[in-house]
Amino acid sequence: MMKLSKYVLYDILRSKIVIAYTLFLFVVSISMFQMEENSSKAMLSLLNIVLIVLPLVSLVFTTIHYYNSYEFIELMSSQPMSRTRILLSEFAGVSISLLSAFFLGVGIPVLLFSADATGFALLFTGMSLTLVFTSIAFFASVVARDKARGIGFALLLWFYFALIYDGLVLLILFSFSDYPLEKLTLLLSALNPIDLGRIFIMLKMDISALMGYTGALYKDFFGSGTGIIFTAGIMSLWIVLPLWLAVRKFRKKDL
Amino acid sequence: MIRIENINKRFRKLQVLDNISASFTKGQVVSLIGPNGSGKTTLIKSILGMVRPDNGKIYVDKQLINNDPSYREKIGYMPQIGRYPDNMKVGQLFKMLQNIRNVPAEKPDSYRVDKMLIKEFELEKIFEKPMRTLSGGTRQKVSAAVAFLFDPAILILDEPTAGLDPLSSEILKEKILAEKKKNKLILITSHILSDLDELTTHIMYMQEGKMQFFKDIEALQEETGELRLGKAIARIMKGEQFNSEWIDKMMEIKNDGKIY
Repeated sequence: MMKLSKYVLYDILRSKIVIAYTLFLFVVSISMFQMEENSSKAMLSLLNIVLIVLPLVSLVFTTIHYYNSYEFIELMSSQPMSRTRILLSEFAGVSISLLSAFFLGVGIPVLLFSADATGFALLFTGMSLTLVFTSIAFFASVVARDKARGIGFALLLWFYFALIYDGLVLLILFSFSDYPLEKLTLLLSALNPIDLGRIFIMLKMDISALMGYTGALYKDFFGSGTGIIFTAGIMSLWIVLPLWLAVRKFRKKDL
Repeated sequence: MIRIENINKRFRKLQVLDNISASFTKGQVVSLIGPNGSGKTTLIKSILGMVRPDNGKIYVDKQLINNDPSYREKIGYMPQIGRYPDNMKVGQLFKMLQNIRNVPAEKPDSYRVDKMLIKEFELEKIFEKPMRTLSGGTRQKVSAAVAFLFDPAILILDEPTAGLDPLSSEILKEKILAEKKKNKLILITSHILSDLDELTTHIMYMQEGKMQFFKDIEALQEETGELRLGKAIARIMKGEQFNSEWIDKMMEIKNDGKIY
């Protein structure tokens, strides 16, 4: 399995985009910690960057990489290798390179300036989101027929998860504000990996006290061991499910 | 070695392969010819398992093609367009392919590795160059060397000489001739009939997804009274009133006078 991903990884790590991405994350993280005196304020700013930029870069980079490697994937499929192995190797190569960019760019500054529970929650969320959106991007590119559609589809998914979804949740909460919705909001948050990550980190910060009754319920749930297992479980589901669908589609696809 | 039974493939409204059946055995050099979009590449890709036919069966060495990829060890494939990861070095590609087939790096000789084309094309000189810096022709040479690398019993070459300079094209043709003598099965698609003249033993002509005929070259020469492939095919197609525009184009190609 590593035979192919090793070379995919080597190829990506030399590309200028990944290097630029790493530098960007690193500069942003360092400057956040330098500008804000209170490190938890810096974490909050960093959180917003991680939640918006990471999914976007993972989606777009993966989709472009997939289409650029199309002829190479074709050649690999003329070798004695199963389709499943080819796609999983590509996934491993892309996700390892994006993870290392995140670790170098955000992980090291966070470990230097704020190595506490919040810091680790941020790193966990960032790594999970990278994997989740790489997996979703593979699904989008395998399903879409050409590059333009693939990138369009990926961007649409990003808009949905990063912007539209929150709007929809707010709409539901406002229209049904007469009913007790705490459990429902908990469920709704699980359906969006970005929201799940946000809640998971927020509750590790002091500001969760400002979030009222729902916040208390969340803190009760996410603060406990079950909450952490729940978050990890849902995140893994978000990683495995799109990837599994992508592999299933890829096996039957005409290259 | 390869048996194709009633395969069909439809891309939306277009019937790309229309009930194709054929059987190729070793020692044959089969030229797949036909106008653009006649289904040649799709047929090749079906044999390689890249395209899944809607129905029908393909056997390679008596093994039915399904999800088991092991049969592809016997096939060397040279694609029409070879594109490789931008930052991958030429040497790494060969290393990776050997890796995938579990060829030990120290003793490649224990496995059948054929580096003749790497030497003839002088690819070792560019082993340290990244793929993105290579010209189209050089990439084509790399693809050719990849196809012959594991001394496979079946060679599938999709437009092998398109884009190669005359010298390299001649090297490749010599190599194909040498492999032909080793009693291998070779499938070639090409529009340059003069290139095929010296190599081919059988002609398979396709049009609009249908196989129009599959004949050995002697029969073709006898039927048409023409020794040269281009003319022979042109005659047979004119007689049966196929796509005549394409034939005229074929006739334009100058032949160097070598007779098969």
